[in-house]
Amino acid sequence: MIEIFEILLSANFWAAALRIATPLIFGVIGALICERAGVLNLGIEGIFTAGAMAGWMAVWLGAGLWGGVLVAAFAGAFFGLIHAILTVPLGLSQHVSGIGVTLFATSLSYFIYRTALPDVSSPPRIEAFQPLDIPVLSELPFIGPALFQQTPLTFLALFLVLATAYLLYRTPLGLAIQAVGDNPSAVESQGLSVYAVRMGTVVAGSAVMALGGAFLTMSAFDAFFFGMVNGRGWICIALTVFASWRPGKALIGALLFGAFDAFQVRLQTEVGSFIPGQLFLMMPYILSIAALIFVARRADYPRALLVPYFRGQR
Amino acid sequence: MTGPTQEADIVLRLDGITKRFGMLTANGDVSLDLKQGEILALLGENGAGKTTLMNILFGHYVADEGKVLVNQSGTGLSELEPGSPHAALESGIGMVHQHFTLAENLSALDNIILGTEKLISLTSARAPARKKLAELITRSGLDVPLDARISQLSVGEKQRVEILKALYRDARVLVLDEPTAVLTPQESDTLFATLKKLSADGLAIIFISHKLAEVMASSHRVAVLRGGRKVADLPTAECDLRKLAELMVGHEIVETVRDAGSPGAPLLALQNISVGDGRDALHQVDLVLHSGEILGIAGVSGNGQTTLARVISGLEPPASGTISMEGDDRTDANARAVIDNGLARIPEDRHRDGIVGPMSVSENLAIESIRKPENQRFGLLRFSAMREKARNLIKAYDIRCQGEDSPARLLSGGNIQKIVLARTLDPEPKVVLAAQPSRGLDVGATSDVHKRLLVARARGAGVILISEDLDELMRLSDRIAVIHRGHLSSAEETETLDRGTLGLRMAGQGGEQAA
Amino acid sequence: MIRFEPRGPVSVSRMLAVSLAAAFAALVLAAIPMAFAGLSAFNAYSLMAKGAFGSLFAFTEMLTRATPLILTGLAAAVAFRAKLWNIGAEGQLYAGALAAVAVGTGAISAPAYLLIPMVALAGALAGGLVMLGPTLLKTRLGVDEVVTTLLLNFIILLFVQMMLEGPMQDPMGMGWPQSEPILDEAALPKLLDRMRIHWGLVVALAAALGVYFLLKRTVWGFEIRAVGENAAAARHAGIPVTATFVRVGLLSGALAGLAGVGEVAGLKGYLTADLSPGFGYSGIVVAMLAGLSPIGVVFAALFIASIFVGADSMSRATGVSNYLADLIVAMALLCVLVSGLFLRFKVRFIGAPSTREIAK
Repeated sequence: MIEIFEILLSANFWAAALRIATPLIFGVIGALICERAGVLNLGIEGIFTAGAMAGWMAVWLGAGLWGGVLVAAFAGAFFGLIHAILTVPLGLSQHVSGIGVTLFATSLSYFIYRTALPDVSSPPRIEAFQPLDIPVLSELPFIGPALFQQTPLTFLALFLVLATAYLLYRTPLGLAIQAVGDNPSAVESQGLSVYAVRMGTVVAGSAVMALGGAFLTMSAFDAFFFGMVNGRGWICIALTVFASWRPGKALIGALLFGAFDAFQVRLQTEVGSFIPGQLFLMMPYILSIAALIFVARRADYPRALLVPYFRGQR
Repeated sequence: MTGPTQEADIVLRLDGITKRFGMLTANGDVSLDLKQGEILALLGENGAGKTTLMNILFGHYVADEGKVLVNQSGTGLSELEPGSPHAALESGIGMVHQHFTLAENLSALDNIILGTEKLISLTSARAPARKKLAELITRSGLDVPLDARISQLSVGEKQRVEILKALYRDARVLVLDEPTAVLTPQESDTLFATLKKLSADGLAIIFISHKLAEVMASSHRVAVLRGGRKVADLPTAECDLRKLAELMVGHEIVETVRDAGSPGAPLLALQNISVGDGRDALHQVDLVLHSGEILGIAGVSGNGQTTLARVISGLEPPASGTISMEGDDRTDANARAVIDNGLARIPEDRHRDGIVGPMSVSENLAIESIRKPENQRFGLLRFSAMREKARNLIKAYDIRCQGEDSPARLLSGGNIQKIVLARTLDPEPKVVLAAQPSRGLDVGATSDVHKRLLVARARGAGVILISEDLDELMRLSDRIAVIHRGHLSSAEETETLDRGTLGLRMAGQGGEQAA
Repeated sequence: MIRFEPRGPVSVSRMLAVSLAAAFAALVLAAIPMAFAGLSAFNAYSLMAKGAFGSLFAFTEMLTRATPLILTGLAAAVAFRAKLWNIGAEGQLYAGALAAVAVGTGAISAPAYLLIPMVALAGALAGGLVMLGPTLLKTRLGVDEVVTTLLLNFIILLFVQMMLEGPMQDPMGMGWPQSEPILDEAALPKLLDRMRIHWGLVVALAAALGVYFLLKRTVWGFEIRAVGENAAAARHAGIPVTATFVRVGLLSGALAGLAGVGEVAGLKGYLTADLSPGFGYSGIVVAMLAGLSPIGVVFAALFIASIFVGADSMSRATGVSNYLADLIVAMALLCVLVSGLFLRFKVRFIGAPSTREIAK
């Protein structure tokens, strides 16, 4: 019992929680804005992989770190555009298209990586983002190390939560995104293009998702591995439902998730000898399913989610 | 291209509009002028092409031939860019669709200002919009709680939001598609009073309707569409009901009338049924249906009719209360048990609940009895039996299709309804539940539905007819009950009721105490 | 401007044409990444064709690879027919393999004609039960089955690893995480001497015929089709929608489980955590390429298998990464999705309305 409190009270633990949560924050925010516009984006798992690979490779080829971030975002936008074209004007199954984009983005990333680096035994490393030691703030007891010794991408993620909330609730574009996910004909009848709003949102949301992948190779680690995304994208889809499509709740959900994950890693070091490690590794996935079950009855899905819109048909 | 015309007060002109969908010509060479301050009724029965014409005007469709000309701020008529709702809005055309185009998750205010500002902007100018709307509301009398979410508004309020959307954009032409379909007679009166006020201020108004009475009462001019063509365009003052009816249908209307019935023993009884909460809930509903009678249920849509139909159909178990058929408790019967007990159901949304579009006509005819021995043996389907039965039903019910193997989705609305009628009525059920059975059908198909219901009544079945159309209810029903906010009034003999009383009850006033 | 107009009934030949066109388009598009890797498409495809059809051995290898793909393809096809989005065939395959190993490595000793059916049954049952969970969560609580089946893939794979490093590890395996070998009585017999092709292929073909018969001829199949095409109308017509979903879920999971049985009892002989190179996910592509037709699944699986086997051999010859195969398969899925439009609609290309210029 005492150990548990010790874990929860250490600044180290909360720093780890926020670090684990960062890619999830990007993923949930990206998925959330796509779904707010009525498009489920199951391409997320592949877009994570593409962002991770593209960002890393750009830096490895000589770009700056922020250049790598930009490349990752563009890679995400590219796959988002494929998904957007297939599901919005063509109105094809969002499920199948999403799975297709995931398979495509993943295999293309692996193929490019293998073709560029045919025979390396250990993956090459880059100079990754370093923690921002913000003077004064990072000296604060407890809060300092937990909050202000993160890498810049974590701050970008936190900023994106605020920016998304402001965009959705305070700007004309946000109103249009919310409306198009509820009743596309409300948008069309006001002279706006349903296709433009939906496609733009899916492309932008996919770019945000890709940043979650970029965080993995450029901040959490400094190299690209096969299978490194490991279901994080799917977890984000579950967290989006858990967050009721609200940016604030999405942040809380991702942090809870990060905290739980950080907690079990520390718990594992205490009791790891008695319990197989795989049980701990399973926890994030089980937790995601539990989160879905927990909110299932009152999940307030955007009304037009998964419903394609064809003009002149109401 | 087109210069200014002599008639300076013409605000809108449709010139030779033709629109085809495959083989079907929805509009054939339709021309129409609209003057400032005028209320024009566009009359026609379902499928006559009214909505298509207005959708072309508003840019949802592009016409195959012809053009739309608009008087842009007094500079004379100029052509409107086809296929662009944005262009239509810009040139002062506002449209209120039959199915509201509102985002339920946003406030009334946000729905109104949606699309009126630059999309990429850091702020949304709600304050000035609020001021302009307050002014509009006082001037027009369209009272709406601006900050309430659309999902919390009543149907009438939603319609007012739709009209405000157009006025906020300074519309000079307002198009309303079947605006009274979802309103009580009293709400309709209020609406038309508002429209008259707006037209006196110079707004030009087109309203689409197939109800002759409101066309006579509220329009300056009537244009009649039949089979996609304009067959008449004349001042309302020169019309009478009979003339309009004949213009609309193209021949003299023979109305289905019921003979005096002979109600028998009670068949179906609902006792104290309650279910759900919110808008679609039912509260302590009692109902008794006798054999050989048609019991009408009147009400504005969204007052619990859908739930009532679902409960009787076995799709939703009641939270409390009992349902019995011929004295046996059937409260817990599921859909299949309900069918097997001899209760036929005609769903209100025939496309969603009535047919499985990609499956064949014969499969759709067999779907309710697919586990009966006539359709299967040891779990294997008996295709030839299903097909033969289908061919007989196609003939008996005059279902127009390319054979029993063609997918049901290719059929017209009227023929889809015939599939439902054939499937449900052929086994001669004891009870028929018909929910909005003639909604969206043309006169021919409607009268077919009515005849089938009367035939069922004549052979002793009890029929529950849920409808929003008071004329239909008063013509067919022996007794009528009114549903309002989930409460069902006790049924009364049709002969003792009139439209006014029913309308008041549909609005939740009057009730049993009404003298 | 492109316009879509709904099309009438769909003929089998049109479905076939659409699938072939999609497969062809994927092969053409793959020339771009090939060029990127410095490989000419002609060269690559002739190497791949040789690798998949060049010899009896190559051909049987291709058929061996197609065996699990037929089964996972059927698993996806039957589930998608009912609009039950089972993306968890990968996990169900491992569950089936694990059950096969649990029964077939000595826990029960019986003659082959009893033990083989028992192993197969155990695998099918395990796969079906794994899919039962997401199905019930969907029908009872409305939890989206796409996410739950996807997440279960990870959970089951970790569970398999746990078992292979724990209670089910082969004591003679020098510490490698692998199971004990399948008994000879539990192993599926080979179809040809000195080749790896095994009776699993016959089982898979029989399963395809069985699913075809089920969907086309039986009441259950009728109900599956009705629920998939319009669940609301099916429910209104008294079809037991929940029970239909449960049946479909069990069947779909069982088919994927059988794929795992075949890999363990027919091919590898023991279970490792890298038994499947994504057969579950490729099964989705197989099903889509087949237009969800059970007979089509067989041919689509042969196509996908020849891509994989051919790419392996091409990769050995040229050093170009065999991730190319995954890439072609992924592109085939996207292509078949787009070409499906030509089934539902007549696609017409029409000029922009000329009146636009006048308006300006």
